[in-house]
This record gives sequence, structure tokens and C-alpha cells, in this order.
Amino acid sequence: MSEQVLHEQFIKPESRWQWFLSELKPKASMWTLFNFISVPTVLVAAAIIVIRFVYGLSAVSNVTQTMPWGLWKGFNVVTGVAFAGGAYVLTFMVYVLGQEKYKPLVRVTVLNGFLAYTFYAFALILDLGKPWNIINPIIGNSFGTSSVLFLVAWHFMLYIVAQIIEFSPTIAEWLGSERARRNLKRLTIGAVVFGITLSTLHQSGLGALFLMAKGKIHPLWYSEFIPTLFFISSIFAGLSMVIFQGTILQRVFAYQLHRDADKQQNIMIRGLARVCAIAMFAYFFLKVIDMVHNHTLGYLLSGWGAWYLLELIGFVLIPMLMFVYGVRVGTPLMIKIASLMTLIGIVLNRMNVSVIAFNGDILPRYVPTWMEWVVTVSILFVQIWIFRWVIHRMPVLRTMEEMTQVKKA
Amino acid sequence: MPLNRREFLKTLGVAGAGLSGVSALGSTKQAPDQEEFYAILHDITLCEGCQECEFACAAAHGLPEPEDYPDAEVVRKLSPDRRSVINAVETSVGEVYTKKQCMACGQPACAAACLTKAMKKEESGPVTWNENKCMGCRYCMVSCPFETPQFEYDSNNPKITKCDMCFDRLQEGELPVCVENCPAGALTFGKRSEILHEARQRILDNPGTYVEHIYGEHEAGGTGWLNLSPVPFEELGFKTNLDNKPYPELTKGFLYAVPSVFILWPALLMGLKEATSKESEKGADDE
Repeated sequence: MSEQVLHEQFIKPESRWQWFLSELKPKASMWTLFNFISVPTVLVAAAIIVIRFVYGLSAVSNVTQTMPWGLWKGFNVVTGVAFAGGAYVLTFMVYVLGQEKYKPLVRVTVLNGFLAYTFYAFALILDLGKPWNIINPIIGNSFGTSSVLFLVAWHFMLYIVAQIIEFSPTIAEWLGSERARRNLKRLTIGAVVFGITLSTLHQSGLGALFLMAKGKIHPLWYSEFIPTLFFISSIFAGLSMVIFQGTILQRVFAYQLHRDADKQQNIMIRGLARVCAIAMFAYFFLKVIDMVHNHTLGYLLSGWGAWYLLELIGFVLIPMLMFVYGVRVGTPLMIKIASLMTLIGIVLNRMNVSVIAFNGDILPRYVPTWMEWVVTVSILFVQIWIFRWVIHRMPVLRTMEEMTQVKKA
Repeated sequence: MPLNRREFLKTLGVAGAGLSGVSALGSTKQAPDQEEFYAILHDITLCEGCQECEFACAAAHGLPEPEDYPDAEVVRKLSPDRRSVINAVETSVGEVYTKKQCMACGQPACAAACLTKAMKKEESGPVTWNENKCMGCRYCMVSCPFETPQFEYDSNNPKITKCDMCFDRLQEGELPVCVENCPAGALTFGKRSEILHEARQRILDNPGTYVEHIYGEHEAGGTGWLNLSPVPFEELGFKTNLDNKPYPELTKGFLYAVPSVFILWPALLMGLKEATSKESEKGADDE
């Protein structure tokens, strides 16, 4: 990017501060359908959060003594982190394997990953009984090093830092500092390698959290392979999210994309679909081995078995075959539908392990309150707000040059 | 590629820094000598279900007095206000009474699960909870095979509550209140090895009275509360699908793998990067 273009940007406003303030203002119309739904929802969620901290968890949530982790942990944390796995897989493909053709996807995926992790950390804090004591495992006065959760918590924090570093050159471009961009860019490969290592461990770690819940999780979902299964599934969960999200971005931010973006997108989608299909095959195979190894085949005939088969056949095997078909025949639509189905399968799997099949036979069953749902959805909404804010200002989907051209036009 | 060596070292440095934070992982702290900590035996054949232990427990810990009675029709549960409950169970030998509380495992899952070390296996046997360390994540509740830790969901400054074998009384050389107040002599307190010996002796001396199973001798790797019963423990509603290994063992393999991944992954990834990079694409700097 030429220095000239960057300068132009700063000449018009009187100072950087004023420019920064002007950047904070909304760039598009506020009166959209999405805002019409999301703003009231988030306001309600804010009230729910106040109630939660004043009166305790039971005022808003249905979690119980036998069901200590509910929707906020099961969906926002355990499921959401799998969806955010695309960032480590893509950075691996682009920076480690040098697959440059996927580069256009990296920034938006890392941005999404960063936002996801940050907001899920927030969801985790909402769920803590004594959130002020979160400082204990951080500052070192009380390291519970034998805890899987300790490992996951630390990797969460470190990975957020790694993702900030990976994303920082984009911020530097936005602020117009070429020198900062250069220096930050040098840190990228270090952050990427560190990030992949952390992701391997905390994606599997989220599964390892449930290893001690043996006897509580239905045998079809409990397995000593949970860490491995969580790790492998995070690969296709993350990439399916990249494919699916790309489809939405193409519609919402169409004006930001090149004219041949469609074609380029389809090439990338096909590549990613291949990786998904292979990872899903490995996952499916491991699931079958696990069933044989743990002698759980007999459970398949029960009601739980039908539910399990729906997850494994309907939302793993079938989308896997659809990916293969989509790649062979070259139908992007098929791949996009498969990615959505894969995402549903991941929701089913993570929710089954952490909530539905966890003490699933103890009645009454845990059903989240409407308030838990509102908070869960609001966390996603706020995440989308910030995502939108960044996309409108920073060179994520397009380069800085393209952005200034749009401004002039 | 001169920058690669530098970057490689940089990467190692970053990874090393991360490693130092987690390298201590993997060592599940061994409980003090399995046989030597204090244990309590509940002899179900002697228990009369009088609830004296419940009343004493409530009084000693400032909890509300129990208002319901053991009834074979209902299962009375632990709660944040109730650390010990007696339940009546209709069995093949008539109505018997069971007692439920924290089992004080030799190697407790809750303590291994706790990321702030708020849950602790004391040398003398009890498993205690430290209010100033706990952040209320409830992972102990997810992990405990007996599901005894209770969480005060109604409070904005919640506690995890459970039986701590009257740890403060033990410190002063006194008996746990339940043991002290049991009029039927159903509770026996002592070093775990002695208690196990006593339990075996009772089985031998009274043929036909007990099933030949001391619940807690091996369950979850061995617990501090032991039970003798006239009928198989399934009949009493005790959890019989538990591992005989300590529960922290279940995560040990995973935790041991962590340092290896932390060292091998960065090296492997950098190696892969080197192996797949084309000589022509030297400028790692440009977009």
C-alpha cells in the first residue's frame, strides 16, 4: 500500500483524534431489521444480567445441583469455541503450509475468532458464582495446575492475545501506521504457531473437561477419546463456519467484494470442503471405533441411541457425503448446505456432551429459561455489532486502497 | 532465509513462556497416605434413622434444623442447607437407613478439578472448601462422582457447601459432631486402616448380617466414608457404576500430553513451514 493513499486519509480531518471520533459513529443506516431485533434483545439481556448479579443465578437460570452447567457454558463456551476453530485451521493452511489462495479468508476468520473468544470469556464470567475471584488462577496466588479447566482458562487468555497479534497489522493499516504494520507483521508467524499449539490443546481440553464426569454422561457420548474427538471436530466445525459465514458475508457486504469474488470464493470453498470431508471421515471412523471399543453398540436401540444416530448419521455422515459430492460435481450450493448441517451437528454434539446427555435421565430435565436464551442470543448480537463496526472501517474484506476509493466515489 | 532462524527462536521463546505457565500440569497431587487419614464407618445395620446426626450437623454449622423425616417413599437430597441426609429405604430385610454426605475421597475429583485449589484434601482426611479462592465455576460439581458439592444458586455471593468432616473440630482433637451424637453407635471414627479392619472384622464375626462389600473401600479409588450394609448397595440406591480408580486418573493422560504437545507442536509446525515454503517466496513480510 502506498504511503500517499494513507496520507490522504488523514489530511481531511483536522486531527487524528477527530478522525477517530468520526470513525466511532455508525457508517450505515441504523434502521435495519437486524438492529430492530437486536437492540431490544440486548437491552433485555442487560437487565437480566443485573438481576443475575443482584439475586444470584437461580433468579434467571434453571441450572441445578445435578446440572451445574447449562446453556451459557454448553452453548456459548463449549459449542462456540468449536465454531471459532476456523482461525487456527486457516492460519495453519496459509502461514504454515503456504496455501496463499486462502489468504483472503484469514483476516475475517481471525477477527471472528477473536470476537468469539472474547465474548465467550464474558459468558463464562456471567456464569461464575464469584467472578471477582477469577483473579486467583491468573495472578498465581492459587494455581490449580492439576485442573483441566485451569489449562483451558489459560489457553483461552493466551489465545486471545495471539489472535490480537495476528489481527494487529489490520488495525495498524486502519490507523495508517505503516511502520507499526511492518513490525506487527513480523510477529504473525510466531503468534500463528503459538496459536495453533494453544488451539490444539484447548479444543481438546474442552472435551477433557468432561472426562471426570464418567457415569454422568450417557455412555454413547462419554469416551476416553473425547479430547481427540473434540479436536478433530473443531477442524470441520471451524471450516464449516468459515464456509457458512462467507456465504452470509457475500450477501451482506456484497458491495465490499470484488466482481470476481464469487468465483474466487467458490474455489476456496471447494478446497475447504475437501478438508472438512477428510476430517469428518476421521471423526466418523473414530466414533465407530469408540462404540465398538466401549461396547456401547447395544445402546443404539434405545431412545438415546436414536438421538445419537441422528447426530452421527444425519449431521456428520450425510453432510460429509454432501461435501464429497459438492467437491466432485462442483456445486457450491451443496457445499454450503453441508456446512450448515455440519454446524447443526456440532451444536448437537457439544450440547449432548455438556447438557442434554449429561445426567439426562435425572428428572426433571434441565430446560434453559427464556432469560438464559436471551442472554445467549444477545452475546451473539453484540459480537455481530462489533464485527460489523470493524468490517465497515478496517481493511478486513478489502484492502485500504479499495476502501479509500469507495470513499472518494 | 536468515529471518527464519530468528523467527524460529522467537516462536520457541513465545511457546516456552506459555509452557512455563502450564508445565506443572499433569501432576495430580497425591493424597497423603491412603490408609492413614481419618475415616468414618456408617454401619447401616445399626442405624435407626433417628436423625440425631442431622440435627447436630445443622446446629454445628448454623444451618436450619431438618423439618422432614426419613420416608421410604421420598428420596431426601443434599442441599446448600443440608450437608448430611438420612434416607429410609425399603429392602428385602425391611426398612434400613442410609446416610449421604461428602465421601471425602482419598484422591478427590473435586480437588483435581478445581482451578483455584479452593477444594483441598486435608492431611487428616476431610475435603475442605476455601471461600476466598473459589470462583464459583462449579467444575467440582461436574466432576464429583457422588455429586455432593452443593451450590447456593440463590445467593449473589454463593458458597459451595458440603460435609467437611468437621475439619475445625478435628483440628482441636474433637470428633465430628455426627459421630459424637449418634446414639445407636452406627458411626465409628478412626484412622482409615483401623476402620477398614473394624469393618472386615464385623463382616467376619457376624455371618449373614452383612453383604461382603465395604462401600468406599475401593469406590472412586477409596473414600474416607465407608459403609456396611445388610443388602447389596444397588438396593440402597448407592452409585455402583463407579470406577475403582481415583477419578483424577481420568484426566491424567490428557494432562501429561500437554507439555509434550507444547514442545513438539511449535517445532513440528516450523519444520512444516520450512519444508513447504518455496525458496522463491522469500519476503515473508509482504501481504
